[in-house]
Amino acid sequence: MQVPPPPRAHSTSAIATLPPAQAGALLCFYTKAVAIKRRQTLQGLGLLLAVTLVSAFVAEVDLVKLFVHFGNLTSYVGRLAHLDTGASVLSDLPEWFWGWKKWLRLMGETLLIAYVGTMMGGLCAFACSFLASRNMAVSKLSCFVTRRCLEFSRTVPEIVFALIFVIAFGLGPVPGVLAIALHTMGALGKLFSEVVENIDMKPVEGVAASGGSWLAQVRYGAVPQVLSNFASYALLRFEMNVRGAAVMGFVGAGGIGATLIESIRKFYYSDVSAILVLIIITVMLIDYGTEQLRHILIGKEARA
Amino acid sequence: MSGAPSLFDNLGDIKSRHPKVFESGWRSRLTVLLVISALLGLFVYGLGVLEFSFLRIWNGIGKLGVIVGLMMPPDPETMARLIMYGLSLAETLAIAFLGTGLACVLAFPLALLAARNVMTQRIVQFLTRRSLDVVRGVDTLIWALIWINVVGLGPFAGVLAIMSADIGAFGKLFSEALEAADRKPVEGVLASGGSHAQSVRFGLIPQVLPIITSQWLYYIESNTRSATIIGIVGAGGIGLHLSEMIRTLEWQQVSFIVLMILATVALIDALSSKIRFAIIGPRAL
Repeated sequence: MQVPPPPRAHSTSAIATLPPAQAGALLCFYTKAVAIKRRQTLQGLGLLLAVTLVSAFVAEVDLVKLFVHFGNLTSYVGRLAHLDTGASVLSDLPEWFWGWKKWLRLMGETLLIAYVGTMMGGLCAFACSFLASRNMAVSKLSCFVTRRCLEFSRTVPEIVFALIFVIAFGLGPVPGVLAIALHTMGALGKLFSEVVENIDMKPVEGVAASGGSWLAQVRYGAVPQVLSNFASYALLRFEMNVRGAAVMGFVGAGGIGATLIESIRKFYYSDVSAILVLIIITVMLIDYGTEQLRHILIGKEARA
Repeated sequence: MSGAPSLFDNLGDIKSRHPKVFESGWRSRLTVLLVISALLGLFVYGLGVLEFSFLRIWNGIGKLGVIVGLMMPPDPETMARLIMYGLSLAETLAIAFLGTGLACVLAFPLALLAARNVMTQRIVQFLTRRSLDVVRGVDTLIWALIWINVVGLGPFAGVLAIMSADIGAFGKLFSEALEAADRKPVEGVLASGGSHAQSVRFGLIPQVLPIITSQWLYYIESNTRSATIIGIVGAGGIGLHLSEMIRTLEWQQVSFIVLMILATVALIDALSSKIRFAIIGPRAL
């Protein structure tokens, strides 16, 4: 069938509208719907405002103090940017980074703490994830218990573990590593078990059908499917742990944090800025490196 | 597995019949072996450098067992202390809520500047993104120490610390959401004669608002955890009491505070996932 060309007069005039009665009814519906939506949004915003005001009261927010003392921030940053002699830090780099040998060694220690902690926690999370996922669990009870344990070690912040471990294991990097490992186990265990719950069960059933034990099912059915995702999550966690390890020293658990908090408390301004610059550069490099590695891993998975 | 003949019993036979299936390239095997041995080597080296020793771990675990024993049962001892802990827990929640909100508000314009499809000036976009990275590289605890120098000890410094640490994270997340948004609504606004600003306002922002809301709620959750620790350096919240009780070895109090934190975090988790569901429906991000 041939479509007749539209009449010329229509193509230049306005688009045909509905009859006024119908259009009026539709408009009425539209305004009502919009009014309901607006009212809901306003109610939500009102609630938000009320909660904000209450929290501001509880948290002793004092805008006047902020504005009066805002000069402190600029002057603090100014002091960070100047050496003891009053010259700008950039004018004398060797003087600014006078302690670079010690700081780099401590930064290396920080990275090692993060690495060993991630590795330990990651291995534990690997073992726990199969127990904690519904589709691979040995029994309901072990699934429940593992999940609660993971939840606990995820919710308690690592620095709290570090505070307690410092008392049990003594000062130094050991409590820092263990604290990071425990928290990593909780965080990664949850992510890993979610990955395991989303696997294709056919290979697992295949291994089970041909008489494989639980370990064989995990090793040959599940692990090949999840390994690249696991590695990607572990790299992401390592990145976060580098940041976490940098402040472990605040409570005496090794790394560069001890030197940083000492220079902040003793007002060695140029040292503070030098260490901060070092931390920021390291974190950025690690971010960049892990991102590249993750792209390689994801690419491998897409090709497979 | 009882009785039924298992394929795993005569694996050697199957291997000899289907050699190709079991053959894997020695090259990939070597790579895997090298990567694993490098990872393990660094791990063992790290254990050595960080002064791990069997004796130390053994003694430490023994002490830890004693400490856990002393923690039982969790007990605040007096009513006054219970009220004090409750109040500082409320302070912790307030810090998390306000800090996240402020960060959200401040990060939004920065995210617009950092998104490639909003900010056409490449150099501005690049610089904003790099400065967000710098802000993100500094931990909340360090920010808390810096803000204490400005507004003094107390929860306000905590609010500002959480805000500063989150601006970086939010800026990155929001700008990534903006860049991943659908082009079609934007093109629609442009095609019907809208300006670039209008295309952002009516084409992009409605798409990212649900994502922003859900990220905001998610970060309130995770910041409740961060807010419990900034008290360790004196920036308000329950962390002050917690670190004090750990340092004075009041283990029953410690376990009580930890339990309180766990309960609060669980509560906030449940609440925020409810709200998230109510606001944006099941497609939570």
